[in-house]
Amino acid sequence: MPVIDLARASTRELNARLHALTPDDGETEWVVANPQGRHALAVGLDQPVTVEIKGHAGYYCAGMNAEATVIVDGNVGVGVAENMMSGTVLVKGDASQAAGATAHGGLLVIEGDASARCGISMKGVDIVVKGSIGPMSAFMAQSGNLVVLGDAGDALGDSIYEARIYVRGSVKSLGADCIEKEMRDEHRADLVRLLAAAGLGDVAHADEFRRYGSARQLYTFHVDNAAAY
Amino acid sequence: MDLDRIPQTLPRFSATFDAHTLSEIRRAAATGIYDIRGGGTKRKLPHFDDLLFLGASISRYPLEGYREKCATDVVLGTRFAKKPIHLKIPITIAGMSFGSLSAQAKEALGRGASLAGTSTTTGDGGMTPEERGQSQTLVYQYLPSRYGMNPADLRKADAIEIVIGQGAKPGGGGMLLGQKISDRVAEMRTLPKGIDQRSACRHPDWTGPDDLEIKIEELREITDWEKPIYVKVGATRPYYDVALAVKSGADVIVLDGMQGGTAATQDVFIEHVGIPILAAIRPAVQALQDLGMHRKVQLIVSGGIRNGADVAKALALGADAVSIGTAALVALGDNDPHYEDEYRKLGSTAGAYDDWQEGRDPAGITTQDPLLAARLDPVAAGRRLANYLSVLTLEAQTIARACGKSHLHNLEPEDLVALSVEAAAMARVPLAGTQWVPGQGGY
Repeated sequence: MPVIDLARASTRELNARLHALTPDDGETEWVVANPQGRHALAVGLDQPVTVEIKGHAGYYCAGMNAEATVIVDGNVGVGVAENMMSGTVLVKGDASQAAGATAHGGLLVIEGDASARCGISMKGVDIVVKGSIGPMSAFMAQSGNLVVLGDAGDALGDSIYEARIYVRGSVKSLGADCIEKEMRDEHRADLVRLLAAAGLGDVAHADEFRRYGSARQLYTFHVDNAAAY
Repeated sequence: MDLDRIPQTLPRFSATFDAHTLSEIRRAAATGIYDIRGGGTKRKLPHFDDLLFLGASISRYPLEGYREKCATDVVLGTRFAKKPIHLKIPITIAGMSFGSLSAQAKEALGRGASLAGTSTTTGDGGMTPEERGQSQTLVYQYLPSRYGMNPADLRKADAIEIVIGQGAKPGGGGMLLGQKISDRVAEMRTLPKGIDQRSACRHPDWTGPDDLEIKIEELREITDWEKPIYVKVGATRPYYDVALAVKSGADVIVLDGMQGGTAATQDVFIEHVGIPILAAIRPAVQALQDLGMHRKVQLIVSGGIRNGADVAKALALGADAVSIGTAALVALGDNDPHYEDEYRKLGSTAGAYDDWQEGRDPAGITTQDPLLAARLDPVAAGRRLANYLSVLTLEAQTIARACGKSHLHNLEPEDLVALSVEAAAMARVPLAGTQWVPGQGGY
């Protein structure tokens, strides 16, 4: 198993080696030692490899990930898995702001808490947070699922489009055009799938969650809604 | 007294409440909503027309037209990128989205730019195969909405342009109205068909210059430091914005004046926010010079570029290249009098049509209606754009030779004078016939 020690190697060397991988390479398990909170670690991966980062990572860890599995054995800075297309990113600690921002696909699991704007403008990703999320999460969220086992901060789902939000704990407040919605069987099935994928099937049960989504009242601009903005 | 014989003064219209103002008040009173339109500012502003070149005479030697070379090439992205962009002419095509423009229009822009040896730019909504296929050099915009943003397209691009703002609406986002959201546009933006689509005004995962520096590092890492990274700002505080963009690691800075167009935003925003490009270039160049980065970080300016004289003046003030949007659309066929009858049916007239947000453009450019879009032949329209770019280049060369310059980049502020005090102050060149540069020398 190749180990890249960032106490000696640069971020450039790490990403260059991971970008050089091809489908025929046998090396599918990588370890990154001593990340020291560096930014842009394991970004732009496009092969089905597993990269385990042994420590804390800075901004944009696993940014634009496709196909790869990135595991962070620590906390992450702003924008973990931003614009992810596919694959899996697992954060064993806490995440800073904008976790999973604009991500189109894949699965982002945060075992700790996530700060403000988690899932902002998400476009199809599935995000599961074992802890709580900060204010303005799922702002303008377009598609995908945000599952929160803890609590949600202020203005959850402000200006949300078609993304689905599931929260087990309390919601401090809902943002503009975000409402609580009925939990139907299809949603429970989705939750079971998502919790299982996140390895949390035994930790929480679908019936404990409430669902939130768009009231679709602001989809077409109308002056009568001006006070909502 | 015979009242019929008393001379009457003519009815006098107010300069403050002119006919356009009155019509807007009536429209606002009837609808309760602000006016939304496309394009750039329509008000009269200090502009390149207020500058003149001082041709060569006894103290300067001109170059022979048609004989002596006046080079026009430009290299963009020399600071950090492994693969800088080499363009034959210093005139690029500005970012305009598929969604606001038809696929045919985007293809035509790519064709025209490629024929002329220059670049074109994507917009909000992502990269279309037509555009990539027909664009020899394509700049991929990285916008706050990240509609259609994906790493595969990022790697296909020749450069990346991080859009902070644009001249028509610095500080504002956008709204693509539902009538322009076709199935294809909706799919590319991951949103339902037919709803109004909001383009965010701030990036979702960074705030401020310190974060921007890290964002640029991420984009460079994803693309293996190959591609030039541009930072585009609307002209407001150009000195500080340019300095911060340099600090953040930009290879190229795009500075868009308030004459630059938009697909759609509020008229009040277009007309009252931002500054003219004439007022923005010198502070931007000053920032680069103060940092020792002039010509190392390239400056592209845009907003109201119409002819080769504008190109030459922008370069003389210190820009490395210019970018055109509105003029490129006109070259394709936008606002063509050929469609006058149809413009009138839309309550407008050729030359003034700006309801681009409605998607009913008779010229087939600012629309997603398949029948209207089919009116635009991408090959013929691309040829027109290439012709126009050629004329801009020839005109700029003509002026540069007259000033004795063997490259357009050799033009300099000393070649210019101003026709008005305002233009002299903004461009920091003397008022014609004087030594006076307002704001300099203590007065």
